[in-house]
Amino acid sequence: MTGVLNVRNLTAAILVIGLVLLPVYSHLAGDRFVLTLFTRIVIMAMAATSLNLILGYGGMMSFGHAAYLGIGGYAVGMLAHEGIYSGFVQWPVAIAASALFALVIGALSLRTRGVYFIMITLAFAQMAYYLVSGLARYGGDDGLTIYKRSQFIEPLNLSNKIQFYYLCLALLFATIFLIWRLINSRFGMAVQGARSNETRMRAIGFPTYRYRLACFVIAGTLGGLSGVLLANHGDFVSPAMMYWTRSGDLIIMVVLGGMATAFGPLIGAIALLLLEEFLPLIIKVAGTPFFGSSAAARGSEYWMIVMGPLLLLVVLFARGGIDGMLAKLGAKVSAKERS
Amino acid sequence: MTLFFEQCLNGLQFGLLLFLLAAGLTLVFGIMDLVNLAHGSLYMLGAYFAATFSVWTGNFVFGAVLALAATLVVGMAVEVIVMRRLYSRDHLDHVLGTFGLILFFDESVRLIWGPAGLSLPLPPWLSGSVQILSGFQYSAYRLAIIVVTLGVAAFLYILVMRTRIGMLVRAGASNREMVGALGVNIKLLYTLVFGLGAALAGLAGLMQAPILTVQIGMGENILILAFVVTVIGGIGSIRGALVAALLVGVLDTLGRAFFPDILRTMLSPTAASALAPALSSMLIYLLMAIVLVIKPEGLFSAGNK
Amino acid sequence: MSDLMLQAENLSKRFGGIVATDDLTLNVARGELHAVIGPNGAGKTTLIAQLSGQLRSDSGRIRFAGEDITALPPHQRSLSGLARSFQITSLFLDLSVLDNVALAVQAHAGHSFHFWRNARKDETLRAPARAALERAGLSDRADGPAAALSHGEHRQLELAMALAGNPRMLLLDEPMAGLGPEESGRMVAMLRALKQELTILLVEHDMEAVFALADRITVLVYGRVIASGTPEEIRANALVREAYLGEADKEGDHV
Repeated sequence: MTGVLNVRNLTAAILVIGLVLLPVYSHLAGDRFVLTLFTRIVIMAMAATSLNLILGYGGMMSFGHAAYLGIGGYAVGMLAHEGIYSGFVQWPVAIAASALFALVIGALSLRTRGVYFIMITLAFAQMAYYLVSGLARYGGDDGLTIYKRSQFIEPLNLSNKIQFYYLCLALLFATIFLIWRLINSRFGMAVQGARSNETRMRAIGFPTYRYRLACFVIAGTLGGLSGVLLANHGDFVSPAMMYWTRSGDLIIMVVLGGMATAFGPLIGAIALLLLEEFLPLIIKVAGTPFFGSSAAARGSEYWMIVMGPLLLLVVLFARGGIDGMLAKLGAKVSAKERS
Repeated sequence: MTLFFEQCLNGLQFGLLLFLLAAGLTLVFGIMDLVNLAHGSLYMLGAYFAATFSVWTGNFVFGAVLALAATLVVGMAVEVIVMRRLYSRDHLDHVLGTFGLILFFDESVRLIWGPAGLSLPLPPWLSGSVQILSGFQYSAYRLAIIVVTLGVAAFLYILVMRTRIGMLVRAGASNREMVGALGVNIKLLYTLVFGLGAALAGLAGLMQAPILTVQIGMGENILILAFVVTVIGGIGSIRGALVAALLVGVLDTLGRAFFPDILRTMLSPTAASALAPALSSMLIYLLMAIVLVIKPEGLFSAGNK
Repeated sequence: MSDLMLQAENLSKRFGGIVATDDLTLNVARGELHAVIGPNGAGKTTLIAQLSGQLRSDSGRIRFAGEDITALPPHQRSLSGLARSFQITSLFLDLSVLDNVALAVQAHAGHSFHFWRNARKDETLRAPARAALERAGLSDRADGPAAALSHGEHRQLELAMALAGNPRMLLLDEPMAGLGPEESGRMVAMLRALKQELTILLVEHDMEAVFALADRITVLVYGRVIASGTPEEIRANALVREAYLGEADKEGDHV
């Protein structure tokens, strides 16, 4: 089971290859929609991966991670609105802004534990939401259209859909690799020790607060970078991208895919966003024989009524997430091989 | 001056309403150690039930009483079907599970009542205003809300401090095993406490219904405020919830009413009007941040109820 | 250089109306194994907590290796060479056994803002961790998860973590508690080996172990020292027999 060729690694490898080859399929099949959909999935997977650093490895139950998507996105949107399109300005500003926000919020909320931490991160993220909703100059509630994507030096052109997809994919893989290095470093051991038993960490001489805060800031910064990509992808930013249910979606991706695993958040993002995309269709097809086609079609509009209880069932019965199931499957396979 | 006084009363009314929500939240957390994001959904349901039942019965008060009973029943049903499976889980599971419930409730409401909001007209005897001081009129309905919530607060105080159930509740907050050892039917106690929390949320929702539009998502916005109240007041403390709710209610109302004017004295008019809406909505979060710096466990932390 | 490793002078600690530590003075000489015994509620765990810095004393001073450590927080006491093992097992259960000890080594190896190098392949952490596991007799369980260890092995792991920072002195809070006879025997043998190299303060209920290991014994009753001396002196002390050992006989402990 610990060998390189197990079910989990195999799944990850297939995913990586599939994602790399996706534009080829999209080009050959003339299916542009799938490229747009997967660009979004890749970006959300990156945000979920950054959340996994604090939620999965650090044990910090942040319910405000979408705020960084919004801050990164609005940094791009506001600068573009003021006529500054250069990515060399937009991106560093976005990263600095999300790091600063994470530093302030983290410094405050990491003074507390448990439920307080959940509620406080949620409340501060919501504060950021109301803040941008109140900025009439930048569209207020309605959001802000971005007329030109971030400008870099030729040949990099973010308006080219295939180039943009590969840029997002490269940044996702870089994030996964970075976090994997991070959690296996001394810093990562300190953060995981603090998740496991913070009292003991303090007793043996670790000032846990500063390690957790650093971890929180790194995750926020990477979240902000995903926001930069999301704004460029949609050519639009609005307060809705940092509404608290977005933060909930990111948590679901992490848990669904498998917490504290390298590829879990990616798997979770693919699963959740594909489900959101195709659940209405599934309801329609599955419902037609029972309720007739018109009732099933109407029912498919209310797909969240299925989504909610589905989530509840995952929580109650499948806590290891998809990755946990793959690990179990792998254990079964290797047990069979041995016998 | 009259305007200031009126806004203070509005703040008081809003604060008391927040107290109803925060009290349920903090009771459920203090006793069952359960984080319930779907608390706002019960608030929303209270409002929808009230709007519907008032039309059915043709009477606002009957409608309100029926709505209260209905949220109590829904709350207890949710406890029996879902929540009691979550108590033994960690907070992450609570958050995810109740998040799923929100999706379910929001979508069910859309299915039953449609996507457009409802409005609930007030009966004539509540829609006027009353004179409370010479030359000062105040909305009769808002005054009624203040009276009712003060009554509920007093009822909660007596319930928690003076009765056997309250003793169990207080004991449960500090020592779960002890309550079990006393031979109390914990399952029933939990169902009742959760139902009580749901009814309080429903009451807040049905009382807000005539003031606001009854719509999907109304519960989520106010839930965050209830969280802020709970954090400031200290989790598990009813008294803390009351003090913090009043602080937040008054600060938020007065901030929205007067902060733009204050800002205008410091900044240019254009800058002030551009920033005022954004900044005045931040005031309560600033209050929360200050409390966190000074007392991370809230003003009245549990054990000090 | 003083030949006293640890000096506690006139320590006091009250919890509300209860006096847990009452004007207590205790000296531990360099290289000795000093046991502290006493009936339940005598304040032994409170004393350990005060010495390790987890509890702040109401009054009194603590010197370690000649230096005043009264005001130092727990992690700095630990870094200065005064290591403590916990009575209630407090480990990183979801990490591997070796990771547990390696974290204890890492705590003594400067700050942890190293983001890139793989700590699990870092021999400056792993080698001392393996050595500490060896001394605690747990080498064969190094790669398994800490949660899979038996109760006795958890105690050994506690010991390994205390040893990981190369301490000059160990504070051991009931290392035998809950162990079966065979596991206790192993722990006694291990402590006997350790006392060749380290100064040890041992709080323990197991009288057999205490009298087998201790160079000196201090007897606490209600937070006060009622006697202090060699095992023979303690055995002969009438006050101790009356206040403590008599009771121990009733409990079924063997002296």
